[in-house]
Amino acid sequence: MIAVIGGGIIGSLIAREINKYVEDVYLFEAKNGIGTGVTKANSGIIHGGYDDPPGSLRAQLCYIGNQLYDEISRELSIEVRRIGSHVIALDESELAKISELEEKAAKNNVKEYRILERNDLFDMEPNLNADALMSFYCPIAGVTEPWKVAMQSVKSVELNGGKVLKNKKLVEVKRKDNKFELSFEDGSVYTADLVINAAGLYADEVARMFGDEVPAIFPVKGEYFLLGKDVKYVNSVIFPMPSELTKGCLVIPTVDGGYLAGPTAHEVKSKQDFSTTRDGLAEVKEKSLRLVPSLDFSRNVVKTFAGLRPESREKDFYIDIGKSSVVHVSGIRSPGLTAAPAIARYVVEYLIQEKLHINLEKRKDYISHVEKIPHFVDTDYGYWVRAIEQDPEAGEIVCFCNEVTKREIREAIRNGARTIDEVKFATRISFGECQGSFCVSKILKMICEETGLEPKDVLQNEKGSWIIDSEVRTI
Amino acid sequence: MRYETDVTVIGAGGAGMAAALSAHRNGADVILIEREEESGGVLNQCIHNGFGLHYYRKDLTGPEFKETLEEELATTNVKVLEGTFVLDVSKDKKITFVNSKGIHEIKTKALVMTTGARERHFNSLGIPGDRVSGIFTAGVAQKYINLQNLKPANSALIVGSGDIGLIMARRLHLEGIEVKGVVEILPYPGGLERNVQQCLRDYNIPLYLSHSVTRVEGKNRLDKVYVSQIDEAGRIVPNSERVFNVDALITSVGLIPSVKPVEFVRTGPGFITTNTNQTTADWIFAAGNCTVIFDLVDYVAREGEKAGKYAALYAKNEYVPEERITIKKGKNINIIHPSYIDPNESTKLYVRVSKVFQRAEITVEPLGIEIIEEEARPSEMIEIHIKSFKEKRIKEVEVNAHELG
Repeated sequence: MIAVIGGGIIGSLIAREINKYVEDVYLFEAKNGIGTGVTKANSGIIHGGYDDPPGSLRAQLCYIGNQLYDEISRELSIEVRRIGSHVIALDESELAKISELEEKAAKNNVKEYRILERNDLFDMEPNLNADALMSFYCPIAGVTEPWKVAMQSVKSVELNGGKVLKNKKLVEVKRKDNKFELSFEDGSVYTADLVINAAGLYADEVARMFGDEVPAIFPVKGEYFLLGKDVKYVNSVIFPMPSELTKGCLVIPTVDGGYLAGPTAHEVKSKQDFSTTRDGLAEVKEKSLRLVPSLDFSRNVVKTFAGLRPESREKDFYIDIGKSSVVHVSGIRSPGLTAAPAIARYVVEYLIQEKLHINLEKRKDYISHVEKIPHFVDTDYGYWVRAIEQDPEAGEIVCFCNEVTKREIREAIRNGARTIDEVKFATRISFGECQGSFCVSKILKMICEETGLEPKDVLQNEKGSWIIDSEVRTI
Repeated sequence: MRYETDVTVIGAGGAGMAAALSAHRNGADVILIEREEESGGVLNQCIHNGFGLHYYRKDLTGPEFKETLEEELATTNVKVLEGTFVLDVSKDKKITFVNSKGIHEIKTKALVMTTGARERHFNSLGIPGDRVSGIFTAGVAQKYINLQNLKPANSALIVGSGDIGLIMARRLHLEGIEVKGVVEILPYPGGLERNVQQCLRDYNIPLYLSHSVTRVEGKNRLDKVYVSQIDEAGRIVPNSERVFNVDALITSVGLIPSVKPVEFVRTGPGFITTNTNQTTADWIFAAGNCTVIFDLVDYVAREGEKAGKYAALYAKNEYVPEERITIKKGKNINIIHPSYIDPNESTKLYVRVSKVFQRAEITVEPLGIEIIEEEARPSEMIEIHIKSFKEKRIKEVEVNAHELG
């Protein structure tokens, strides 16, 4: 059996990649949902790959990953919108840096970019800061929903005979002959022939359990505002001129028509600190308004949130085989989402097959395509009407903001969603401006109907995130 | 299937049901559409009394108010489509909707939008803190408790002293949930005075005026809420922090008119209308909380009734306004509704002042209307009746408020 530790986008894509060769793959996720750690709260950008440090693993895998998203989108039924990105020069000093970006792009072998003069830039993006002088435009950049990539990969693994287990927090590892005995917090024990550590923020700690050292992970917090879709701000991803440390605070159209402003980048002490802060939110406002002055933070805000990046002092991905022969995939900071499909291939084709000399053969019975129930409101009416004829619930809108039907929600629950957040990230319910005011109580009821859970046992996400205490009175 | 009708009403809450009834009484064929499985809107979950004192001259609960309208609707041939969601309203008067029977189109002569409002959510306020469960809008908490028999908390702090917040403070208290206080950022309560008395003072629930939530904390479920005093400039007063140990934060921080899916008429943020409820598209009328937020369902139903009437008359070509006169917000006025007047018709003008007055004089010029209001405050809507003034050749009306010495 091959074990993958970590059900974020990296672990789930690696499990999928292995599954193309080996049926007996187990994916172990410590949390109560797939893609709910680093994967859930980031910018969701498919980067162009032009500005990572030339020679780094980041640069090597980012552009390939970008290209692989066409296949990922097709096979996993994921929405990838290649809306392009602009890096904006706002003054003379920043103008000079555009040529530095060009040099970097050349070193990284990225040719898909253009330098836009003011007029062309404003034709594309009329709401930018009027001071903008020029942009480095990359048409192959885009946006996706990272958690959907993880969720659909996991579905692919299950479809092809692999196993995906949630609430499996690794607590102990024993070496037995040539195998690894993996003990989890819930008392279960599994024996694996090969282990891939893709434990995100905890990859350094997991490596240590196998007796390996990888560069220590420092959580770096990024805070965001999500703005609603009723105002049109920008058409593509807008970057400021990047610094040595980060790509800066951006304005990003989301796949479902809203906008993200953010992120900040501040190292924090705890890997569990997903809180937003007064200073962080103020910083996002100030910096994003420099790019798009019309952002309406007083009336158009849907929510604020924070995510953590698993950063190392080396500032590069660490993807290698430890002394224990375990493959460690660690320090997957930006552009980790973009690189993810390339990382999966790098692990399987290079590290496992070439470096570990494990011969793998492609399975003949492998099913590459994973269906996804459509978001009916995005389909044509003819298709939707036929779906309603087959199942009337396809015509019942439950989420009024994002127009999600009962059929889509039921499908998510039947696919294993047990928490409100799992249904949310699978279907986009409660992502909209009402933030679930109209639909969450209905979703809770549906989860109970479908699974036999009591309302008090339905969680928002993790253990302890209860919604209902009890019945008001017993009837 | 394709439907044809004189008047379509979208939203079957208090305004929509009243609009459908009155359009019917004025001789129109009517289709009433509701996205929830049951008509009634928020009335369904408002099981307290105090509804209908003006509209029916009776003291009713929310469900009783709704049933009164529903029983009357049942005697008519108004077609009610529940569990039906409007996907599109097009400029050529076609309405596309979806429900469990398919996707259909209505060709209508007039439309009444009675789409109500949604609650502003805590998440949109930008208040920092942990990602936790246990933060509910007052309406959601009310729905869990009153309709689903589910208790979402053991102890709670309420933020915002709007009417729903006040009502919920009492409701939670009566169901054995410890309510540790109501926090209001403004120096005066946001809800009606009668609710402050009956929901807070009667139960010794403290009201913290000029206070704001500064941070929420908890590991997965809410655990602590930090509150500080706010000075007149909106800054946090140093050393004024209080920490409330509660597992729920119930928010009543405002309602936002819902105008979807009509995108081609003027809004600000609700539908902008005339005294005859006409929007900037002459065939679309709007009434109730999708225009401005009203204090009472009685006003909402009365507005709905008026919108239904004019929509029916419009559909029969019996109502064609000749002119629209602008009503301007003058000094110390926060909200006025409507924004335009057809001077051939009478007007119910709704006014909210922008600050608290001991004794306010409200004037409507040049119509010569002067009204004295004792203890006028922004939370209480003031109603002014204006007669038809067609013959006066007035171009613009302005509403002002000032303190009487």
